[in-house]
This record gives sequence, C-alpha cells and structure tokens, in this order.
Amino acid sequence: MAGTNAPIECKGSILVLNQYYDDYITVAAFMIMGFVLVGAAVMMSRAIAPRAPGGLKDVAYESGIEPIGEGWNQSHIRYYIFALLFLIFAVEAIFLFPWALQLEYFDSIGMGVFALVEMLVFLVILFLGLIYAIRKGVLKWE
Amino acid sequence: MNIWLELALTLVVMLVVVLTASLVTIYVELKAGSHMQARIGPYYAGGRWGWAQPLADGAKFLQKEDLAPAKADRPVYRLAPFVVMMSALGIFAVIPLGPDLVGAKLDLGVYFLLAISSFSALGVLMAGWSSANKYSLIGGLRAAAQLIAYEIPLILAVVAVVIQAGTMSLIGIVDAQQATLFTLGGIEVALPFILTGQLVSFFIFMIAAVAELSRIPFDMPIAESELTMGYLTEYTGIRFTMFFLGEYATVVGFSAIAATLYLGGYGAPFLPESMANVAGPAILLLKVSALVFVIIWIRFTWPRLREDQLQSMAWRWLIPISLINIAVIAVFKVAF
Repeated sequence: MAGTNAPIECKGSILVLNQYYDDYITVAAFMIMGFVLVGAAVMMSRAIAPRAPGGLKDVAYESGIEPIGEGWNQSHIRYYIFALLFLIFAVEAIFLFPWALQLEYFDSIGMGVFALVEMLVFLVILFLGLIYAIRKGVLKWE
Repeated sequence: MNIWLELALTLVVMLVVVLTASLVTIYVELKAGSHMQARIGPYYAGGRWGWAQPLADGAKFLQKEDLAPAKADRPVYRLAPFVVMMSALGIFAVIPLGPDLVGAKLDLGVYFLLAISSFSALGVLMAGWSSANKYSLIGGLRAAAQLIAYEIPLILAVVAVVIQAGTMSLIGIVDAQQATLFTLGGIEVALPFILTGQLVSFFIFMIAAVAELSRIPFDMPIAESELTMGYLTEYTGIRFTMFFLGEYATVVGFSAIAATLYLGGYGAPFLPESMANVAGPAILLLKVSALVFVIIWIRFTWPRLREDQLQSMAWRWLIPISLINIAVIAVFKVAF
C-alpha cells in the first residue's frame, strides 16, 4: 500500500512545497516593495530638495540651546528588568501556540481534559510568578 | 496565470489600496479630530473640505532638505524608516480580502502577523538610538519598553482566538466564524468571534494594538510636551513622511487584523458563498473603517497616560486578565 502511494505522495508534497515557497516569495515581495517605496521617495526628494549640509542645523536639537554632553546617555536599569520579563513571557507564548492549535485534535481523540489540565498547571505557575513579581514591586515604575 | 504576473498584480493592487487607505486615514484624523475638538482643521487644500491636505503635506515634505545630525549613526539613522515601512506592508501580505483574494495564504498567518508587526519596534529603536539626541534616546527606550510590554497581551489575545478557531491560518479563522452555530427557524446562524466568547480578547487586543501603534493615550515615546517629538525629533523631510505614512498604514493594518480575527473578516452573515470574493473586500473595508474611526476617536478623547501607569496597566492588568481569558476559553472549548 505504502509502496504504491509513495510516488503520488511525493509529487503531492512537492506541489505543497511549491505552494509554500510561492507564499513566502509573496511575503518577501511585499517587504521588498516597502523598501523600494521608501527608496523611491528618498530618491525623488533628493532630486527636488535643496542640499546645503553643515552649519548649526546639523547639531542635535535640544530645544534651542547648545547640546550638553553626548547624545548617548546612560539610561535607567529598570528597562533591563522589563526586557527580562518580556523574554520569559515571549517563550511562554511560544509554548502556548502549538497547544492552542492542537487542543481541538486532543479533544477529538478524548484527551481534551488531559491537555487542558496540563496547560492550566503551566498557566497557574506562570500566574503565581507574575503575582510574586507584582508583590515584590518589580513591576513598579519609579 | 503566470505566477510572477499574479505577484506583480497583487503587489500593485495592494500598494494602491494601502496608500489610499493611509492617506484617507490621515485626512479623516485631521477632519474628525477638528470636529471632535471644535477646531477648524483643513479647509482650503483641494478646494472643498480640504480633501487634498495629506497630499499637500506630502508634496511639502518632499521638497525639504534630508538632514541627518552630524553626530548621528548615519547608516542606521537612514535605514530606520525603511524598516518601519517594510513592517507595515508586510502586514498586508497575508490579510485576506476574500477567500481567494489574498497575497500569501500562510498556514501560520496569525503568527507571521505578530512577528512582522513587532518588526517595526526595531525601526523605532533604530531611530531613537541612532539620532544621538537625548530626546530621541529617551523616546526610543520608552517605545521599546512599551512595545514589548504590550506585545504580550496582544499575543495572548491572539492565542485565545487560535484556541477557538483551532487554526492559525487567517482564512481558516474567517471560515470558523462562518460555521453554523445553530439554526433559528430554519435559518442557519453564524456569528463572529466577538459575539461568541471573544469579547474580552477583543478589548485586550484593541488596547494593546493602540499601544503598539504608540498613539494617544499610549504615545509616551513621542510625548511632544516633554520629549519634543521623541524618537522622531531629528527626522525631517521625506524620511519623517515615510515614518508617518508607515505609522498610518500600520493603523489600517492592525484594524484589518482585528476585523479578521474578531469581526468575521471578509465574511458577513447570509452572504452566499459565490459572492464572497466580490463583496468580501467591501465588507472588510467597512469593518476596518469602523475600527480605524474608533482608534481616531480614542486619540481625541483620552489624555496621555503617565509612563508608570502605562507599564502597570500592561503588566498588572492586561497580562493577568488575558491569562485568565485563555484558561476560560480553553475550558469552554473542551467542555462544549
């Protein structure tokens, strides 16, 4: 059975693969179009607009007074904590998507409750972590 | 049809649609905003109702000198608007206007949308960092903190939809909203997700979307009364215009995502299947216009949030609520 079906399946998967690449070529074309659109606008502006670089207009704008120090200052550490938290939740979201997609299938083979409880345990642990972070005051912006 | 011809046609049609929609959105924002705040607004450009104001603005910006500060990181500074525009147009590659009217039928459509829409955060951060300006740097950092904070409720709201639809393909999600729920006196009734349990997700999605767009009341990264113009301070001329246009294209894009996920996309009740490709774009446009109007309405109604209020709203309210929302929807999915 498998032997007779193999060539057809193979052909089918090539077709599917072709469709797959076509779709992503379209996506790439849209993004390239975005690039070309901005590029064309910049070129057009370059043809029309005056060009006289130099002078005070090249100095960073600080509400009219001369800039003090460098533009690249040190910034507050709190941004770092939020970045870490984001990483945790982004990874968690990656776990959630396959589960969300397969829940219907698990339900159809009678394992819906199992799949549900497994993920609820995960969500509850995450939730407790979030509440801990809130209680610790990590998420307060001071 | 030849695939390259088809691709070229799709690109041209979508570009025209997106640019027109963005310009119309800019105009409606100027006009609706002035009516809401009892101002005059555009009146002269184009002769009547000032309809040509966005075009006039564009033509003006085109003639301005393309400046970059002397101390700026120039390649990054120049590339930032490209990134924002690429992200904005990438959204429209997968939005279905009808069962067959779609650029790319990705199986991972929703996931791609989340990825591509957060790509513009990179452009914003590039602009903020490369300008070598303190206002820009603070604006860029605020934007980064805000965009990652609201990315999570956005993702979690979408997870709730994926659970209910059982697919990540956008066409699949629209189909799931056209499936018959029950028959009422012989009439088959299908309802969009917003009426079948996704109301909370919809509100979370819209709040997070407005925040992702950094629009009032979430426009701390720009906050003109304290940061001049935030990460856009140093931008002038055509590069500023491209940021601006990209931002409005993203407004339309996010409205189209919300319309597809929660309001039934190109589908409408009692629409025969044979009409779906013909009437689909008009139906989607109607839903998108309504959502765009709501986003504009919000802008002219609410004051700006403070940075700490903005962060605590995401982390202390939206994320816990959306986690509970996911659990509830999953339980309903298995129970029924």
